[in-house]
Formats: sequence, structure tokens, C-alpha cells
Amino acid sequence: MSPGHYLALSALLFTIGAVGVLVRRNAIVVFMCVELMLNATNLAFVSFSRMHGNLDGQIIAFFVMVVAAAEVVVGLAIIMTIFRTRRSSSVDDANLLKY
Amino acid sequence: MVTVAQVADAQPGEPFFFWVLAIASVLAALGMIFMRRAVHSALMLAVVMLSLAALYAIQDAPFLAFVQVIVYTGAVLMLFLFVLMLVGVSSTDSLVETIRGQRLWAGVAGIGFLVLLVFGLGDAAVSDSAGLKQANGEGNVVGLARLLFGKYVFAFEATSALLITAALGAMVLAHRERTTPKPTQRDLSKKRFETYAAGAAGVSGQHPGPLPGPGTYARHNAVDMPALLPDGTPSELSVNPVIAARTDTASRHADLYGGTEEEALEQDVAAVKAVTEEAEGAEAEAREVKAGTPVLPSNEGEAGR
Repeated sequence: MSPGHYLALSALLFTIGAVGVLVRRNAIVVFMCVELMLNATNLAFVSFSRMHGNLDGQIIAFFVMVVAAAEVVVGLAIIMTIFRTRRSSSVDDANLLKY
Repeated sequence: MVTVAQVADAQPGEPFFFWVLAIASVLAALGMIFMRRAVHSALMLAVVMLSLAALYAIQDAPFLAFVQVIVYTGAVLMLFLFVLMLVGVSSTDSLVETIRGQRLWAGVAGIGFLVLLVFGLGDAAVSDSAGLKQANGEGNVVGLARLLFGKYVFAFEATSALLITAALGAMVLAHRERTTPKPTQRDLSKKRFETYAAGAAGVSGQHPGPLPGPGTYARHNAVDMPALLPDGTPSELSVNPVIAARTDTASRHADLYGGTEEEALEQDVAAVKAVTEEAEGAEAEAREVKAGTPVLPSNEGEAGR
């Protein structure tokens, strides 16, 4: 399989994640779509690593995973706090910063 | 097109696994954004992550494959599921669009973006695959460690600061300060009786006693089987409201006998009556025996009765 196949799959998954972020309104599902986008970029990094024949791409993918884990922890804590005060996890309801 | 590049490190069976995993992950990703329930989306995300782990393994990245399984499907996804349990599993998205044409334009933008990525940037970025045979010569983990603790050691150290900050942030955000003192058992009891007294002589006031347990007076003690009251009617209070909302527990007794609800009710009432009479009979008998304990062949025994 050429790297092109993997990169096309990565682009497809990234696009699906981006469309999900635009379409869905449950904050947790939006968050999952962001995770999907991060995973898709990781696949691209691993494919590039194989294409160029060095391991730097895999290191970057590793750092992406670390940052994603930290991001998930803080993001989910924020979602929980919002849910506690507003009894809703819809992104349409959190609009106090509007205008 | 991007697929023209040649492969120097082709592995046997790779196309088969690639296509299986690619189709599975794309279908799961599509399912994730179309499922209405957040839990189903989370499970679909698990499928995508496991497929990606297998794809890493195919591409000579065994360390990342295991980290993907442990960190993503193990930790991140569990965190998602736990938050879903806290927020409410049954929460579904409403399908009403708040911005008109949002979905259509999101789809159009997505397709445009995909075409741009695959046909625009793909041609420029993709070249022949060099393969990782040489880089993985000492083993994938050793190669990664040499880079991580050599060239990227500062980034690695910064990561530790990031993780500690994230853990602290999550603790601060999830912590809730109690503004009122915790009610004691005495306070709770007082409040229960106050609400009971507030209703007109207990008609609308909540009963202060415990609820009847399931299976009382019934011939079955399953938790979804409502208890029978002394007159034989099933008591809805005895079933957990969560179970009662899911299944029609009131007709459980009717289901047992395969008859209508009235028939079941009659049968239950008859059964309860029979049991009660039997118990009363036994009690009377016991009283009789007790009264006649001094069984003497004289007339005193009969007089005592």
C-alpha cells in the first residue's frame, strides 16, 4: 500500500470529524469528533514517518496523544461544570458570552 | 491522484488489512456523527480508535499501536463514558436545526475540504515510501527512546508540566464547594414529617415510611414484579421508578397467567384471601391448642373453652 492510501484515509476521517463538529450540538459528541480529528492527524503522522523513513513522525504522534489526553481531561471537566450549573450539555444553551 | 507512489517496504497481506480497517473505521466514523445517542457515538469512536491502532501496527509503529489502545480506548474513552454516565446516558440530541441549512452547508464544506486535501495537497506531499526498516533496526521502542530523550527531551519535559497542569485544572473544575451544611439524619427525618403534615392529613403529603419492597404478598420476588397490597391490587410504589419507566410493570401479574388484567387481579385477590384465611385458621388453631393445653380428661377443659 502506498502512503497515499493512508493519507487519503486520514483526510477522510479528519473531514468526517470536522463535519461532526459543525453538525452536532451535544458538547460531548462535539468533543468526540475533535478526538477523531486528532486521531486522523496521528495516522497521517505515522504514514509520513514511514514514507520518510525516520521516526520523528511517530514522536510527534506520541506528543499529540499526550496533548489530547490532557485536553480531554480539562474539556470534560468543563463540560461537567457547565452541565452542573445549566442542566444541559447542548452547545446552543451556553450563550452567555454572546454579543 | 495520490495513489501513484510506489512502496519499497510492501508487507504481505497489507492491502487486505488496510481495506478492511479503512472501511470499518470510515463506517464507524460516519456512524459516530449520525447516531442520536451519545453513548452509541462513544462506542463507534472506540471502533475507529481500535482500527487506527491496527493501522499503526501495520505501518511499523508497534509502540504507538499499544499506546493508542491503552491511552485512547483505555483512558480517554472510559473518561468519555464516565462523563456520559454523570450527565445522563439517555440524553439525545434534538434534530431541529437552529441555523437553517446548517447540515447541508456543513456537508458541502466537508466535501470541498476533502477534495482540497486529497487532490490539492496530496499530490504535493506524497512521494515514494522509504520504509522504516533502517530506523527500526534496533527495535521501534529503542529508536523512539533515542529520539525522545535526545532530540526532543525539552518537549518531553514540557509534557510533564502540561500533564500536571491538566490534572490540577480538572480537579479545580470538577470540585464543588458546599455552601450549605450537610443535612443530618435528624434534619432529614424532620423534613419528611413536615412534608407529610403539609399535605391535608396525608392525602397529598408524602408517606414518611419506607416504600413497600417488590414481591411482598406476590408469589414472585423479581425486582420488576410489583408487590400486591392486602386487597390483591399491585402497588406501583414497590417497583423502582427506573424499571417502571422502562417496562410496563403493572401488567406483570397479568403476563404470568396469560389472562387479562381483571382475571389476574381476581386470581391474586383469591390467592391473598386464601393465604390470609389459612393463616387465620392456623392462628385460631394455635389459640385453641393453647387454650386447651391442660388436656385433662375432666370437664374443666371444656369449661375453660
